[in-house]
Amino acid sequence: MTTKTMTRSNLRMMPAFFALALGVAVISLTGHVQAAALHDAAHDVRHATGFPCH
Amino acid sequence: MYSRFLISALFAGACAGLIAGLLQLIFVQPVLLHAELYESGELVHFGGAAVTAHPDLPGFDAMRDGLSLIFTMLTYTGYALILLAAMGIAEDRGARIDGRSGLIWGVAGFVAFHLAPGVTLAPEVPGVAAADVSARQVWWFATVATAGVALWLIAFGRNWGVWVIAAALLMAPHVIGAPEPDVFTGPVPTEIGALFAARALGVGLAAWALLGSFAGYFWQREGVNATAEVAGNA
Repeated sequence: MTTKTMTRSNLRMMPAFFALALGVAVISLTGHVQAAALHDAAHDVRHATGFPCH
Repeated sequence: MYSRFLISALFAGACAGLIAGLLQLIFVQPVLLHAELYESGELVHFGGAAVTAHPDLPGFDAMRDGLSLIFTMLTYTGYALILLAAMGIAEDRGARIDGRSGLIWGVAGFVAFHLAPGVTLAPEVPGVAAADVSARQVWWFATVATAGVALWLIAFGRNWGVWVIAAALLMAPHVIGAPEPDVFTGPVPTEIGALFAARALGVGLAAWALLGSFAGYFWQREGVNATAEVAGNA
């Protein structure tokens, strides 16, 4: 019983952590990386979404 | 299971992000463009003569506003991935996740990602004085993370000890304080700055509520599809 529950949980936890990491990577890219091209393209969004921009 | 996370997040993020982007174009962008007239020096506040509060603003710019739409959709897809990760773990521990309960998850996401950092680092119009951007980003991530943990503890905690810890976590970043500028140099009238912050938070709340509901809906739908496929293969 315990083993079964552990396995099911692990099956869910790995993809969940993968989704979490991917999500943080995406918002870092769109909202935080200061590379000039990205900053200029995302400028208005960063302000309107409340990210620290400049 | 990986595809269930990815598909739900893509659909929810794209839908909510598109609506968020359009709301920002209607409600936030005109305030931002107005502020930029002061940032560029075209309008000058406290310059002696009174300045009109209703100047001509640049209209729709396909390149600039199109990029904004795309980046808003991407940002909300990132939010959706993070939100669904939490939803998936919660469902595993017995919580019910669907379009209806997703609404409250969305509001919680708004509190963690927009309201909590915005309480001390209010959404800024272009041209305001601010501390070093890297320092503010570190504070931003730390505040979002502590608020996220705090909200999880409030939702799933079972006793007062846990709730008190959650309250302390919510307050800590603001007691410690965010990086602040040494001097004020912002040329933008306070009325525009206040309106901008209010509009940014209002649109954020609407978009996050939708994002949570969409994420819950698509998550449940993808789950039903996956179960049907397994049953079909058996």
